[in-house]
Amino acid sequence: MADIVLDKVSKKFPDGTIAVRDVDLEIADGEFVILVGPSGCGKSTTLNMIAGLEDISSGELRIGGERVNDKAPRDRDIAMVFQSYALYPNMTVRENMAFPLRLAKLDQATIEQKVEEAAKVLELTPLLDRKPANLSGGQRQRVAMGRAIVRKPKAFLMDEPLSNLDAKLRVQMRTVVSRLQKRLGTTTVYVTHDQTEAMTLGDRVVIMRGGAVQQVGPPQELYDHPHNLFVAGFIGSPSMNFLPATLEEGRLRTALGDVPIGDRIRRELSRADAPRELILGIRPEHFEDAELVDEETRRRGIVFEAPVDIVESMGSDKYVYLTVEGERATAAELKELAADAGAADFTGVGSHLVTRLSAESTVTEGENRRVWFNLEKIHLFNPADGRNLTLREGRAAGALAD
Amino acid sequence: MADTTTRAKLQWGLLNAVVVVFALIPVLWIMSLSFKTPATLTDGKFIPREWTLENYRNIFDTDQFVRALVNSIGIALIATAIAVVLGTMAAYAIARLDFPGKRLLVGVALLIAMFPQVSLVSPLFEIERQLGLFDTWPGLILPYITFALPLAIYTLSAFFKQVPWDLEKAAKMDGATQGQAFRRVIAPLAAPGVFTTAILVFIFCWNDFLFAISLTSTERSRTVPVALSFFTGESQFEDPTGAICAAAVVITVPIILFVLFFQRRIVSGLTSGAVKG
Ligand SMILES: Nc1ncnc2c1ncn2[C@@H]1O[C@H](COP(=O)(O)OP(=O)(O)OP(=O)(O)O)[C@@H](O)[C@H]1O
Ligand SMILES: [Mg+2]
Repeated sequence: MADIVLDKVSKKFPDGTIAVRDVDLEIADGEFVILVGPSGCGKSTTLNMIAGLEDISSGELRIGGERVNDKAPRDRDIAMVFQSYALYPNMTVRENMAFPLRLAKLDQATIEQKVEEAAKVLELTPLLDRKPANLSGGQRQRVAMGRAIVRKPKAFLMDEPLSNLDAKLRVQMRTVVSRLQKRLGTTTVYVTHDQTEAMTLGDRVVIMRGGAVQQVGPPQELYDHPHNLFVAGFIGSPSMNFLPATLEEGRLRTALGDVPIGDRIRRELSRADAPRELILGIRPEHFEDAELVDEETRRRGIVFEAPVDIVESMGSDKYVYLTVEGERATAAELKELAADAGAADFTGVGSHLVTRLSAESTVTEGENRRVWFNLEKIHLFNPADGRNLTLREGRAAGALAD
Repeated sequence: MADTTTRAKLQWGLLNAVVVVFALIPVLWIMSLSFKTPATLTDGKFIPREWTLENYRNIFDTDQFVRALVNSIGIALIATAIAVVLGTMAAYAIARLDFPGKRLLVGVALLIAMFPQVSLVSPLFEIERQLGLFDTWPGLILPYITFALPLAIYTLSAFFKQVPWDLEKAAKMDGATQGQAFRRVIAPLAAPGVFTTAILVFIFCWNDFLFAISLTSTERSRTVPVALSFFTGESQFEDPTGAICAAAVVITVPIILFVLFFQRRIVSGLTSGAVKG
């Protein structure tokens, strides 16, 4: 077991592609860290550099305090689980799991015992003498895990280990992974594409974009206090709503009405280089049916009226899609996020707001509804560089803070 | 539905039977001839009236044929072994590495395979005489390797490309050196390819007549296909047909053994279950 430190680590491929740039990351001993980001952002490359499967172009990688830049994978004592499972098809499950131990030249009795032990943890005992070809996807996945845990390495690296499983199995395996990591207490770096895995599995989440780290923190913190537009849009499902806002006479003019701003934001926006056009971000759960908001709460936000497009009742609450007039917010980050999400939800004229209202709301499709939203929870972003302007010392304080 | 499938089966079965009969009749005919006595040789009967092993006894009595058989087996085995080892290394590099001039190398290999061998016979003859390789084993092994290598590289690199990259990475993560990863993970998976290639190369060497007749002159290195053409019979007036047929039957035996021996190892789909998607 060991900590892993990336110190200004970069990767430049021979063809000139810079896949990872100046990544600083300290992973504590026993910590479970998730790398997440859109396709091609350099997650796998980062993981492969930690593994030793890719050379590090510049910067330093330390495992357990020791510089390992030039060490071969086998000298780093790290195990890896691949998206493709990468089981050896010519060996049985038992031989697959024994392979790292045999290479480490352990004696037969110890190998037997360790394999049995790992097989028991992963409920693979009845399958030990099967070949990988005769296993289901979930079983193969567990064998791959088993092969990683048998030799008690310093760290686990996992590259989208669950992405080949169907949805139900993925949920099940997620808890297996989580329990296994807690039980073994081994430092783990886990790459994923999946929102839910990122939010639920890790102690901390690293969000990457174009080879650079955007923000590192516990999942809830990334959700509540995103440092920039990209993080705000990436974390959360359904994702944050973004609207263009224009600064006029000390107020923000938006499609939802005029938004008052507090002293602090005003000060920030009165600086010479401050933008006049901003992007307003609101999470779906910070809306509420205006009828259900008491006077006290109502004062902390504003109310607007909009036509209701679709109502999806989830039982515990209702997802309500509202149509709002006007331009939609544009920024490089939003385009990228749209591309990664498959773009479908970002097309069409006018924009849609996704809101999550209480189940008691009597909202119906087609009507015009009065909806309230919380000003203390909104974020304001600079479209030019994506920075979150409502952030103070890393905490988002809404638009009204002074 | 069931009707059409039985009809389809019948049709396919018939077609297969035609192909098999078409291919086998000459072979069976030669076998039949090899068991006939000289007197009944030309009677035109498919089943010999009088069975005899005389033809076989005769060819094994002549030093000529036994020497040629030894030459053939030795030369073909050595050439196959070298071509497969070199081909394996080259194919692995082609499948795995991106080095400058890779496409050129593959192109040139293909070019060699397509080069008409007849046009090379005279220059080779001159060169080998100058170098003292004429009428020696290496004199045949070298050109065999030259022409078998492109074939070996082609078949083998196709097999190596099928072995998932991730397996090698996984082996490295599990603590294997490059060599161990190759020997214990990649090579077993590419084995069907290696055996297939070995069979193809062996058959190519075994059947060659052109080089063998041009680059040999004595029993020292003459191979069976050539020796057959020199068969005359006991005396000038004896018909060698029976002996030639017996020899022809004998020389197919090593190939059949070779194929049967390796065929068990050519199990397709050996890599299934390694990776998903
Ligand atoms: N061998 C290579 N040569 C050149 N560029 C490469 C190479 N491997 C990867 N890249 C580039 O590096 C970038 C990062 O790739 P990487 O595989 O790390 O992405 P990723 O975040 O894992 O994406 P995904 O979620 O799709 O797996 C991509 O733009 C990719 O095109
Ligand atoms: Mg990847």
